[in-house]
Amino acid sequence: MDTWALLKQLSEAPGVSGDEGAVRAILKEAIAPYVDEIRVDALGNLIAVQRATVEDPLRVMVEAHMDEVGLMVIRADKDGYLQFQKVGGIDDRILPAKAVRVGKDAIPGVIGIKPIHLLGSAERKKVLGVDDLRIDIGASSREEAERLVKRGDRAVFDTTFADLGPRVKGKAFDDRAGCTVLAALLAAGPYPVELHAVFAVQEEIGLRGARVAAYGIDPDLAIALEGTVADDLLKEKDESPTTELGKGPALTAMDRSVIVDPRLLRFLIQTAEQAGIPYQIKQPGVGGTDAGRIHLVREGVPSAVVAVPCRYIHGPVSLLDKQDMDWTIQLMEAALKRISPDVLAR
Amino acid sequence: MKDLIQKLVESWGPSGYEDRVRELIRAEIADVVDEWRVDALGNLIAVRKPIRPGGMRVMLAAHMDEIGVMATYVDEKGFIRFTNIGGVYPLNLRGGRVQFRDGRVGVINREEKAEGDPTLAQMFIDVGAASREDCPVRVGDPAVFLRDFVDLGPRLVAKALDDRVGCAILIEVMKQLQDTPHEVVGVFTVQEEVGLRGATTSAFGVEPDLALAIDVTATGDTPEARKRPMKLGAGPAIKVKDRGMLAHPKVKDRLIETAERLGIPYQLEVLELGSTDAASIQTSRAGVPTGCVSIPTRYLHSPSEMVDYEDVTNTVRLILGFLREPIDLG
Ligand SMILES: [Zn+2]
Ligand SMILES: [Zn+2]
Repeated sequence: MDTWALLKQLSEAPGVSGDEGAVRAILKEAIAPYVDEIRVDALGNLIAVQRATVEDPLRVMVEAHMDEVGLMVIRADKDGYLQFQKVGGIDDRILPAKAVRVGKDAIPGVIGIKPIHLLGSAERKKVLGVDDLRIDIGASSREEAERLVKRGDRAVFDTTFADLGPRVKGKAFDDRAGCTVLAALLAAGPYPVELHAVFAVQEEIGLRGARVAAYGIDPDLAIALEGTVADDLLKEKDESPTTELGKGPALTAMDRSVIVDPRLLRFLIQTAEQAGIPYQIKQPGVGGTDAGRIHLVREGVPSAVVAVPCRYIHGPVSLLDKQDMDWTIQLMEAALKRISPDVLAR
Repeated sequence: MKDLIQKLVESWGPSGYEDRVRELIRAEIADVVDEWRVDALGNLIAVRKPIRPGGMRVMLAAHMDEIGVMATYVDEKGFIRFTNIGGVYPLNLRGGRVQFRDGRVGVINREEKAEGDPTLAQMFIDVGAASREDCPVRVGDPAVFLRDFVDLGPRLVAKALDDRVGCAILIEVMKQLQDTPHEVVGVFTVQEEVGLRGATTSAFGVEPDLALAIDVTATGDTPEARKRPMKLGAGPAIKVKDRGMLAHPKVKDRLIETAERLGIPYQLEVLELGSTDAASIQTSRAGVPTGCVSIPTRYLHSPSEMVDYEDVTNTVRLILGFLREPIDLG
């Protein structure tokens, strides 16, 4: 499997929460040769099973979310501009003057803003929110706009993937990086565990897809794969970078949604150390992931989070280090080969 | 019971890392219960079978975890930045001491330049390390308050009385329980302080017909306190409501009748903030009639919480009395 070609394809596909069909179609095709069963559940999660190489295996759920943050069209103004809302966590400050693609026909548009020539000094300092902004798709009337776009259509940032040598840039690495890692894991299987691969929907609006997927699967343990915050630019104070590029997969000890099972955290650290794979512990207390819902399903599921550090997530362009992604795949492969019920012994 | 409470509060167990507390409790109750198990999240579930027919499956929950902190960063000079595990107030931390799992102790202080009440981000832990390389603490290491148990006679002071005092009460109930028609399932839960997480999964597993949480509640009996009806020494608090739940009226009434029948002092609890495991048990599966008995506690989530010992022993009596006869919720 060419992981970089897959990441490019996934990154450039639109997949705002609740509208993950394009991403799902790419993944379905990519993993089909490697899995024994494949299905799409009621909420749209893509769930594949890869049977184990042993009898009585652990049932391991490995999950990554397909959806990305984006925009939703609310209505067209009489002049043909589109009012919109945010879907998921987006900083208002990054919206103005961005190119976007709207709807399933990927209509090009731009989030309009007055040129600097016309701005007073007070106006220049003001942060414009979604209520002040419109998407301009070049229509000059409501009728013209509504021929191209319907209320409820999603819009994504119009970003081209690019290979920067040791690093790559593109949109939605949160969590297309995780999706790519998970697809690569299936391609490298099978393992001595029954692998339930879940490409989940609706993470960005409240961890919704993973919960129902986990309920359906009822696994012995789960690992969520993420593209997570790297905040490793220059700082005024000697403080945590959350994660750093080039230092290997980020393991979570605790975030706002989950306390990672200490047995699994220890196991992942040991696996990395034995295999000589660098790793880092993500700054505890920051963010939340699908593991936050998965671990509370039914009678509980011991859960962990492994992430590829990504700069600038939830913006138009994210950036990751190729080696971090390779190391993440290697760590997960090693973990799936090594894991046994002993890991869960108390 | 004071010895038991002391052992429990001096044990180390922030949310997610309750194994030592669990082992201590398991050792206390293993011989008096019919079965016990530890579930996937680490909840200790102990069962006492009914002595006679006519009862239901009653889940009693007390949480093993305590609030704490977790290292988020070690700076070049060896100072540790940290985040909260559960509801930690910066004002309760300055000058305090915390203890990591390996016993290592650190002191907490604040950035001097930061004005006003500090935020957690403006505080740090000093374990006496000279540099990052010299610092034995790693990012992700949890710690809890370090503070001795003090027996003031009628009142007890300690860290983590929330909710180890509830655990002590539940242990005593499991030990003293005689002659009940109910299958009593004592659940010592994990991760209450970070969002009632252990109770969510254990209630799903236990599938009780009725449940009671045993936890602490805030009081209004200190100088210039916020107005709250609860006070130390006036008996167990029978919960009417808090922010997360309304107690099942029949369960609440049954607790009141029991207290009155046995001559146990009690108070009714209406708490504006906060919640307990009862809130998540109540909405488990198709729903569970749920109540809560609270131990009034001063200075909650500080290193020196205070309870009245008679409130504690009366809570044991109240719950034992509650379990004695069949319960009609009709
Ligand atoms: Zn994500
Ligand atoms: Zn509590």
